[in-house]
Amino acid sequence: MNIIVCVKQVPDTNEVKIDPVKGTLIREGVPSIINPDDRNALEEALRIKDKLEDVKVTVLSMGPPQADIALIEAIAMGADKAILLTDRAFAGSDTWATSTALEAGVKYIGDYDIIFCGRQAIDGDTAQVGPQLAERLGIPQITYVEALEIEGRKVIANRSLEDGYFIIECKMPVLLTAIKELNEPRYPSIKGIYEAFKEDKIEILSAKDVNADVDNIGLDGSPTNVFRSFTPSTKSGNLEMFEGTSKQKSRELIIRLKEEKII
Amino acid sequence: MDFKLTREQELIRNVMRDFTENEVEPIAAEIDKTGRFPRENIEKMAKYNMLGIPFPVEYGGAGGDEISYAIAIEELSKGCATTGVIVSAHTSLACWPIYKYGTEKQKQKYLIPLAKGEKIGAFGLTEPNAGTDAAGQQTTAILDRDNYILNGTKIFITNGKEADVYIIFAMTDKLKGNKGISAFIVEKDFSGFSIGKIEDKMGIRGSATAELIFRDCIVPKENLLGEEGQGFKIAMSTLDGGRIGIAAQALGIAEGALNETIKYMKERQQFGRPIAKFQGLQWMVADMYTEIEAAKLLVYRAAYNKTNGLPYNKEAAMAKLFAANTAMSVTTKCVQLHGGYGYIKDYPVERMMRDAKITEIYEGTSQVQQMVISSNLLR
Repeated sequence: MNIIVCVKQVPDTNEVKIDPVKGTLIREGVPSIINPDDRNALEEALRIKDKLEDVKVTVLSMGPPQADIALIEAIAMGADKAILLTDRAFAGSDTWATSTALEAGVKYIGDYDIIFCGRQAIDGDTAQVGPQLAERLGIPQITYVEALEIEGRKVIANRSLEDGYFIIECKMPVLLTAIKELNEPRYPSIKGIYEAFKEDKIEILSAKDVNADVDNIGLDGSPTNVFRSFTPSTKSGNLEMFEGTSKQKSRELIIRLKEEKII
Repeated sequence: MDFKLTREQELIRNVMRDFTENEVEPIAAEIDKTGRFPRENIEKMAKYNMLGIPFPVEYGGAGGDEISYAIAIEELSKGCATTGVIVSAHTSLACWPIYKYGTEKQKQKYLIPLAKGEKIGAFGLTEPNAGTDAAGQQTTAILDRDNYILNGTKIFITNGKEADVYIIFAMTDKLKGNKGISAFIVEKDFSGFSIGKIEDKMGIRGSATAELIFRDCIVPKENLLGEEGQGFKIAMSTLDGGRIGIAAQALGIAEGALNETIKYMKERQQFGRPIAKFQGLQWMVADMYTEIEAAKLLVYRAAYNKTNGLPYNKEAAMAKLFAANTAMSVTTKCVQLHGGYGYIKDYPVERMMRDAKITEIYEGTSQVQQMVISSNLLR
């Protein structure tokens, strides 16, 4: 079975700075990590690999050259190989352009049975790239996957909703987007880190290498533009501290919540 | 000259930091309180090759270097100094002498499961009457046909209660003094070996520090480590490396305490503003950070020398002397900056200050480090 996991390297902080002119993120000086939901996606792929025979996990990312560290980390966690799409032509891509690039990457890889994506990235929070990629590839998708079973050539997924979940059965090939409830991601092993740096398992490819549709990638190929970025002012609520024993405080809290018609 | 970590080392730091924040730090207060050995985290660390970082893959290690190892101990100790010393004693004091002095057969039998973390190691040198004067060993080992018979007592042994494999030093020839000491690999199940008192300590309370008792303990001849009479040399060279681990532990404690204190200083309001706004306290922070960075350079330098086959006896001693001093002075100031809250167990700096003290004592007191450094200069 061939599994592709799409991962994004994101800044590791809530205090991201935004370029006031371009309206895009300033990445310099901010530590980068594998996007948390993508880590769950990768973990699920690796669990399938641990359980079944002949499973190959390929990690796919689009990003600047230094995003290779996220792929090295993915290899150290247990992925078989990784592809980094890196090219100035990809810079400034919105979700449309990103899914265009990833589609080209997936087609370059060729055979696949499952594509995993994280639900959304913590920097953009759009949750669009996974679904768009499935649409472009013309394959079914199950988003917000919180539990997964593999049965032969089909997947059975719990798709999480606010008030419950769907159980969805689907034939492969299929694209799944992972949420953090899906699993507890492993750490890369220390041995794995050394091996990942030594072994040449990362393929660096340009837009041309993967035949990406040049009209639909990068800033120019992005139909959406960030018009303005700003930090919303935080609403300061009323703070009230309760005194007394835990029992008294709990009672007071319940009374207040009822008064406010919260419960 | 290059002060940059390699990309491997950077990634290892990130992983160790995540691991510490998610797995180690959350139980630090509890194991301090109960004195429980954090077995569940030992198992997790084994899974990620964190218990054999500087050893080759063929011997069960991670194939790493001493700087990565020091970074790992540093990061673990930021969250929990107990965990830091468990790994340091296991790696530097138990695995390393087997790697360095063991026969191929001993490496296959003992180093591989130790470096994989399937087994835990400990090191028994200190005795009630042989602390800094390690040559005053009273434990004896007498060869009787195919076995050595060990008699004596070891005290203050880190991982003592929980280990599976012990490096034990004993006199094989009392007349020869230092040159009469030999090293042995002892398994916990060997007949005549038992665990005595479990110490109730000021700090690093989860590290299972115990007394080891040998009463006609039978150790097969093939478990002699190195040659007869080589024990003192094995012990001293092992401690040289161990000191890098302890220096890294001390560094981590200081960093952990400063991180907590910076967070606290931004939150704590007095006179209508955060205490971080007071210049007198800002100066304390600046001094602490400077000390920590100086300690860090000494620790990494010693680890660099060890990785690159350069002498590190003096460097390890300087790193430990300075980092331990830094840990004590920084944690004391961090408690001060927390005021009354620093003196109660709700804030981790209280534990960190207690944990810091031992770094000035074990694996050679600060005074021993000064002896080592000056003996390098004045010979």
